[in-house]
Amino acid sequence: MRNTFSEALYEAATKNPDVYIVVSDISPAGSMAKFSTQYPERFINVGVAEQSMIGICAGLALKGCQPFAYTIATFSLYRPFEMVRDDLGYQNLPVTVVGMGAGVIYSTLGGTHHTMEDIAIAGAIPNMQIVAPCDPAECTEATRWCATQKNGPVYLRIGKAGEPDLTKGAEPWQFGKIRYLRRGTDVCILTYGCITKMATQVADQLQAQGKSVSLVSVHTVKPLDRVGIVEALKRHKHVIVIEEHVPQGGLAPQTKQLAWDTQATCRLDTFTLKDEFIHCYGSWEDLLDAHGVSVPKILAKVA
Amino acid sequence: MDTLMKERANMFDAKVAKARCKAYRRRILDMSQKVSALHIGGAFSCTEIVDLIYNDLMRPAVNGGHSPDTFLMSKGHGCMIQYMILVEKGILSQADLDAYCTKEGRLGVHPDYGNPGIEASTGALGHGLSMVVGMALAERGRRTGGTIYTVLSDGEIQEGSTWEAILMASSLKLSNIIAFTDNNDFQSLGRTSLTHPSFYPLADKFASFGWETVECDGHSSADLYAAVTGRKGNGPLMVVAKTTKGKGVSYMENVPIWHYRSPNKDEYKQAIAELEAQA
Repeated sequence: MRNTFSEALYEAATKNPDVYIVVSDISPAGSMAKFSTQYPERFINVGVAEQSMIGICAGLALKGCQPFAYTIATFSLYRPFEMVRDDLGYQNLPVTVVGMGAGVIYSTLGGTHHTMEDIAIAGAIPNMQIVAPCDPAECTEATRWCATQKNGPVYLRIGKAGEPDLTKGAEPWQFGKIRYLRRGTDVCILTYGCITKMATQVADQLQAQGKSVSLVSVHTVKPLDRVGIVEALKRHKHVIVIEEHVPQGGLAPQTKQLAWDTQATCRLDTFTLKDEFIHCYGSWEDLLDAHGVSVPKILAKVA
Repeated sequence: MDTLMKERANMFDAKVAKARCKAYRRRILDMSQKVSALHIGGAFSCTEIVDLIYNDLMRPAVNGGHSPDTFLMSKGHGCMIQYMILVEKGILSQADLDAYCTKEGRLGVHPDYGNPGIEASTGALGHGLSMVVGMALAERGRRTGGTIYTVLSDGEIQEGSTWEAILMASSLKLSNIIAFTDNNDFQSLGRTSLTHPSFYPLADKFASFGWETVECDGHSSADLYAAVTGRKGNGPLMVVAKTTKGKGVSYMENVPIWHYRSPNKDEYKQAIAELEAQA
């Protein structure tokens, strides 16, 4: 996703001289070298100084530019939180805060580098929009959208590298609308971000068991496509939410609330990270498993 | 001194600036009789600085538009002086001031982006200078020649975030930033030089971070003007302006309670008498 993000941003910067990227001592690979060589005045590295990264983006946006702030998710959102809230949210500026490697992707770096509460935290800020693409192709679409939108701030939650393509042949990406990656009638899986890979495996297994399965990328987590989710709750007998986020403040509780508000009658299962800091080092899958989220664990519960 | 400064040097008049500042202080005192929350102390300490920026440094608006230069009030709590000047310039109205801090109005204790003449929402300290850096980058990128002026409180220079911006402004050689530190030596809990002696000397710190730095009397418009017009201009400029909190009213000067309090009727009368007695 990092590579497709930088390619899409490079394209955007080529079209629009007001596109800037302000990074905090970490740079997306791939085309970012091209960006910094061709547009050195628009590639700013603040060093390990995330508060100024956000403030500088705000200043650029106050002058009509279209800036991106980029670093590892914990440092792009948590460290400079008041700048994100006041400078971007309160002033409602079209700045994209890229949270790279969100969730527990930095599995061996420990809890300081895990971003498990970002949807709750970013989502609590008025005006903030949240987009979390599930694969490189969605990341391209999302980045292009961020580079041209003027609604207000966006938290763009992306993975790291090596994510598989999951959206080939899916319906077109549209901001604010859930996206069916496949359509079925029995079970509907709602998910977003990198864990969509696991959700796809769950969908495959359920289909192998003879079920007709919908798989939905809820790439726009805020504003949430309430109409789309309510419809999914109505049309399926069983809805499953799989997300790489703590149980509070993410897609799972919001789906439950919508189900309650609309008196949904479907079965609803949610799978999230635990409300815990897990002191465990291993692969991304190992970390998710330690949080209780794995294909066998999900299948065992939803069968 | 660049061409612009040369042109304007002929126009600067310290006496006129002094008269303006006296009038602004008087209007702020008048205002204090209508509302309770005003931050008089901090507005009086930066009166000459903000006056100079608006009336002698920023280039006038062209063809009814905006000035090519920008002023961002980083010490948001000092904005009453800014409001007074914006009203004088017709950018805000007297009706706006009359409705200050009421539900019918749009002006509050801190400047709010979206209101006429207000370039950023400040009030939370340590946010302004990074936004100034971003604005200066945008102006440089578009080759507009726009200069960004800002006023920082000495208190907000304690914020780590301010130093992140100090580091970036000089590293990026943003010569289109002109910043003033309203060095009044007071913050909410008392005299800074007593509570934080290691904070000083202040000017050396900016200089060591690569800023062109000048120290001057922050209540002398002529000194402030000379500090800016005498700059070399290879990078950002920091004018460390020695000021007195509550300047102009004897019982307010250097008394922390006037950070926020408004004078009662008798105190108001005394303050006006003192102002009028000044040359």
